[in-house]
Amino acid sequence: MEIIIPRRNVIWAYVIVGFFALVSVVTLAIHEYYIYLSAYLWFGFIYGMCLQYGRFCFASAFRDLFAVGVPRMVVGIMIATFLFAITSALVAATGWSTFHAAPVSIHSAIAGLIFGVGMVFAGGCASGSLYKTGEGNGVSLLVILSISVTQSLFVDWGGILNKFVPAAWHESALQKGLPDVINVGDGWVDQYLAGYVWNQPVKTYAQSMGMKDDTLIGALLGNTFVGVLIPALIILAIVYVFWVRKNYVKKLQAEDNRSITFKDHLNGFWGMIMASKRTSIAGLLLGIACGLQMFVIEGLRMKFGVKNAGTLLTRLGHDYGISANGTVFDPGYWYVTTQEAQWVGWTLHKLGMNNMDNIYFGWVNGIPSPAINPADWMSVALIGGAAVMALLHGEFKFKAPTRELAFWAILGGFFMGIGSRLALGCNVGAFFVRTANGDMSGWLFGLGMIGGAYIGVKIFNWYTERKMAKEMAGFDFDL
Amino acid sequence: MAMTFAKKEEGVYALDVTGYVCPHPQIYTKKALEKLHGGDVLEVTFDNPSSSESVSAMCDSNGNEILEKIADSGKFTFKIKKAQ
Repeated sequence: MEIIIPRRNVIWAYVIVGFFALVSVVTLAIHEYYIYLSAYLWFGFIYGMCLQYGRFCFASAFRDLFAVGVPRMVVGIMIATFLFAITSALVAATGWSTFHAAPVSIHSAIAGLIFGVGMVFAGGCASGSLYKTGEGNGVSLLVILSISVTQSLFVDWGGILNKFVPAAWHESALQKGLPDVINVGDGWVDQYLAGYVWNQPVKTYAQSMGMKDDTLIGALLGNTFVGVLIPALIILAIVYVFWVRKNYVKKLQAEDNRSITFKDHLNGFWGMIMASKRTSIAGLLLGIACGLQMFVIEGLRMKFGVKNAGTLLTRLGHDYGISANGTVFDPGYWYVTTQEAQWVGWTLHKLGMNNMDNIYFGWVNGIPSPAINPADWMSVALIGGAAVMALLHGEFKFKAPTRELAFWAILGGFFMGIGSRLALGCNVGAFFVRTANGDMSGWLFGLGMIGGAYIGVKIFNWYTERKMAKEMAGFDFDL
Repeated sequence: MAMTFAKKEEGVYALDVTGYVCPHPQIYTKKALEKLHGGDVLEVTFDNPSSSESVSAMCDSNGNEILEKIADSGKFTFKIKKAQ
C-alpha cells in the first residue's frame, strides 16, 4: 500500500515538535524546576507516537476479540504489560519507583465493568481517545470532553446522590479526620473514597508471597512472574484455543493434509503473538518508556528534595488550585483521566463553582492551571505525538462527529468517567500501570473491563444489525 | 455521513463507513461479508486508521482475500473477496 505524504504534513509535524520544544526551552529558562514538566511532556509525546504507530487501544483488545474475532490488541497489551512489568521491577529494585498500589476489593471489578461498557460505546479507551484525537478524530475529542466533564461533576456532587450513600460509609468517612474545608460528609464520591475505598487492603503479589516490592526477587518473581506473566499466558492461551486455533488448523490442513501436533499448536500460538509487528513494537516501546518515566520522575523528586510537584509549584509562586495537602496530581507515571478531570475542574472553579471542597480536587489532586500542570502536559503532548506520527504516515484527517457518533461518544465518555473515578484510574492508571507493578486491583479492574466489553459488544451488535438489515433490505441476501 | 451499502455491478458491492470510528467499520464489514455470497467482492471505504488493522486481521483469519488496499490522505479502500 503506497502512501504519498504531502509536504504540508511534514511541516505541521515540525511545527508540533517545535511547539513542545519551545515550551520546554522557555519554561526551563524561567526556572530549572520546570524540567519536571518537560519530563512529563516528552514521555507523553513518546506514548502518543507509540500508541498511534501501534494502533494501540485497550478498548479494541476485547472488543475486537468479541466483535470480529481479532486478537491483535489482546496480544499487544499482554506484551506491553509484561515488558512494563520487567522495567518496573528493575526500577522498583533500585528503590526509585514512583508506584503506589491502590486499595483492592470488588469495587475494582465493578468500576472496570462500567468503564468497559463505556469504552466500547466510545470507540476507544481513555488513552486511545487521546491518540485518536491526535489523528484529527472529532469523535474522540468529544469522548475526552465527556470523560472530563463527567468526572469533574461526579467527584463534587452531593445533593440527591447523598441518599445513595450507605450509613456505614458516611460514618467511616467522618472519622477520617479530614479538614472541614473538604466537607467529606457531603458528596457521593467523597464518602465512597473515605468511607469505603480507603478501608480496603492494599496488596501486591510480592507482598502476598511474603516478599518486598522493592527487592529484585520480590519485584521479578512476585510481581512480574506471578502477577503478570502467568495470568497473561493463561489469557493468551484461552484466546488461542477459542478464537485462533480453529482457523489456524483449517489453514494448515488446507496446505498440508495431516494430523495436527502439539508443536503445530505452539507454532500457531507463536504466530498469534507475532501477527502484528506494529502492535508488538509499540508494546515493547511503551513498556520500556513507562518504566523509564518512573525512574526519571523519582530521580527528579530526589534531586529537588520533593515528594510531589505541588511543592515545586508552590516554591515557584503558583498557589492557585494546590490541594489542602499541598499536593497536585503527580502520579510519577503514565496516567490519563485525572488531568482530564482537572481541565474541567479548573475551568468550573474559575467560573465560580467551588471545586476544592471535595477529596479528589481539594485534598489530593488540586486544580492548578493547565499551563503549569505537569500531568496535563503529558496528555497534551500525547495528542501531539500521535498527531506527528499520523501526519508523517498520511493518516491525519479532521473528522467532525455525526449526530449518531456524538451520541455514542458522549454516552461512552460518561460511563468511562464514572468507571474511572470509581476505580481511581482508567485502562492505563487502573489496569496497565497497576497490573505491571503487581497491584492485585489491576487484574480485577481488567476482568471488569473484559465483562464490560462483552456487554458493550452485545449492545453494539444489536444496534449495527438493525442498521445493516435496513441498508441491505433490497438485496438478494439471507438476512 | 451515514453508513451506506450499494451494489456496484454483478457480484461487487460497496460499503461506505467513512466518518465512523471503531468498532463500526470492522463490525459493518464483518456483517456485510457474512451476508454476501461466496466469491462476491466487497469494496469497503473507511477513514479510521486503526480499523485497517482489524479488518486485515479479520479477513486473514476468516480466509477472505484482500485483493487490494488503497490509502489516500487518511482514506482507506479495501477490496475483499469473500471466500467460497
